Amino acid sequence: MTAAVANALEARRLPRWAPAATAVAAAALAYVVFALGGVLGGGPVLTVVGAVVFFLAGLALASGIVEGSRAARNRIATALIYSAFTLALLPLVSVVFTLVSKGTARLDAEFFGHSMRNIGPQDNSGGAYHAIIGTLEQVAIATLITVPLGTGGAIYIVEYGRGRLALAIRFFVDVMTGIPSIVAGLFILAFWVLIVSPHLSPDGLPFYSGFAASLALSVLMLPTITRSSEEMLRLVPVALREGAYALGIAKWKTIMRIVLPTALPGIVTGVMLAVARAAGETAPVLLVAGGGAGINFSPFHGLQNSLSIFIYDQAGSASKYAPARAWTAALTLVALVLTLTIAAKLLSRRNKLR
Amino acid sequence: MSQSPIAGPAETAPVTAGLAAPTDLGPTGPLGGGGGLPSRRRFGRESLFRWFTTASGAVVLVVIVAIAIFLIAKAVPALRADKANFLTYKDWFPDDPTNPKFGIAALALGTVEASVLALLLAVPVALGIALCLTHYAHRRVASALGFVIDLLAAVPSIVFGLWGRDYFYKPVQDFSAWLHRYFGWIPLFGSGGPYGKSVLLGSAVLAIMILPIITSLSSEVFRQTPKMNEEAALALGATKWEMIRMAVLPYGRPGLIASVMLGLGRALGETIALALTLGATYTFSIDLIENGGNSIAANIANKFGEASETGRGALIASGLVLFAITLVVNMIARLIVYRRREFIGSAA
Repeated sequence: MTAAVANALEARRLPRWAPAATAVAAAALAYVVFALGGVLGGGPVLTVVGAVVFFLAGLALASGIVEGSRAARNRIATALIYSAFTLALLPLVSVVFTLVSKGTARLDAEFFGHSMRNIGPQDNSGGAYHAIIGTLEQVAIATLITVPLGTGGAIYIVEYGRGRLALAIRFFVDVMTGIPSIVAGLFILAFWVLIVSPHLSPDGLPFYSGFAASLALSVLMLPTITRSSEEMLRLVPVALREGAYALGIAKWKTIMRIVLPTALPGIVTGVMLAVARAAGETAPVLLVAGGGAGINFSPFHGLQNSLSIFIYDQAGSASKYAPARAWTAALTLVALVLTLTIAAKLLSRRNKLR
Repeated sequence: MSQSPIAGPAETAPVTAGLAAPTDLGPTGPLGGGGGLPSRRRFGRESLFRWFTTASGAVVLVVIVAIAIFLIAKAVPALRADKANFLTYKDWFPDDPTNPKFGIAALALGTVEASVLALLLAVPVALGIALCLTHYAHRRVASALGFVIDLLAAVPSIVFGLWGRDYFYKPVQDFSAWLHRYFGWIPLFGSGGPYGKSVLLGSAVLAIMILPIITSLSSEVFRQTPKMNEEAALALGATKWEMIRMAVLPYGRPGLIASVMLGLGRALGETIALALTLGATYTFSIDLIENGGNSIAANIANKFGEASETGRGALIASGLVLFAITLVVNMIARLIVYRRREFIGSAA
């Protein structure tokens, strides 16, 4: 160690082809040991893992001998960091592949035009029309509730808030983003379905509804929308506000006419991301919407389904045709969510404030 | 995020102070007239607007308090009816009409087991990706890869659950058999099969799901390392890895702890994916590969359909425990974040 070359420029380095050569040697060794030799049971996955381990060991050894232990550690860390990345891509690729291969079986007009009413376990038909309606309505109502509240709260935090109340609101907005979705569902179950809804129904009994699902989704969307709007409002240059004040414009008008329009693209991006997340939520909707097999356009009366609970129901169904329906619904849901997410990201790239 | 660290009142003060002036001048208005000044009525649009924004900000506080109140209100009757000790009893029979017994012990331990294992799997990978995004990959590549991680975060949990149950169980099954064959002497891999829904499967799916949030928060942290510190380390002859260990990791440690805790919060509350991939039993075992495993949230999703009134109350009581745990975890994480103002700014 002490004899290491002081000048990094003159230090001995492995030739550039060394890592590639080590990789080839490691792959060959792993193939011989695991695939042909059958050590530890063999198998293709073990061969790949073994090749990576041999590669790391071989590189460490070669680099340790030629370049010294510090450089060896550096090479190992680099290799590990890149392999972490590859590892993370695997599940995404696998999920997308499974979705496409299993989800296209029932991707037909029947699926998008029919509900599950009168569909028995022996029927290969049936669709998710009722569930798609439910998802769209529930998310739309939740958006109508949370956008004014969320941007209003953000405006309070950025423009008006001072002292303890503002600090507390900021803090609990952050904390609330971490509340489990199932807890939001239980809250609406306890508050709206079990306590409020009996007063609204003619027979005095509690009832499930799409609106209750919207409320549960609102609880989840509110903190994310508040947080993202807050960030966008902070990016609006102070000079714009001061210019408006200097012209004698009232504060509320400055906010409504100058600050909000400037921040609008960013706020819309945040709302779209929150909508995408809410559309995929299952747990809260499962507890309060009630499901149901028929088409129900009214969020206020009767049971309503949603795409995510449709998937959950079909996944738990004993019918041999149910998995195909579940996967097609999953493909639909992912397409919806990813379209929203990608559109939001593209919009945010064009945002001038960023 | 670098432009948005308005951390406290200090930075907003000049703006607000300048604005409050016209309204505070009283009915006579400023000296020297000024006909164009905004109206100063007490119930004018200005105060109405201000009132509205304050109220919508306060909704968050109201909701958090309301969650606690309503969950307690519905949980107490069921807890009164419980013939067993709620905190130590393991089984779940709340709907027995004469002798309702239920307890959260197995569920709580199962939740912690699955979440901790998921963290052990996810954190090293997430930190590796975060370092890759911030310090290793080329800028263009990094932004494309960051986008892919965002997509991973956008996939709904029900889809991960379905994928885990219908597809991913197979490799995990093989892996379990392999683990048992060669490492069966470790109690963690004691079960001889057949293998199905196990803690290992649930935790692996959970790990994939919390990976994006830990990655995005910690890469936010790494990005804020002062360039000076990094360059100083490199100038002293440090290799890249030494620079990361000496400059990047120590600087980001509080932020890393916070992002791991936020990931833990997510893992504790994850419902549907675990409802589909855990065995839903009421025994707690450290054997990771045997059929079994359960969590508070998954149990709520599984048992809700068949629950009667006491059963619902019992599920709400378990949800209350989950709420309390996640609230504490999240508050600690956020407090760590707030003590380091530089880190403020990442949503998620």
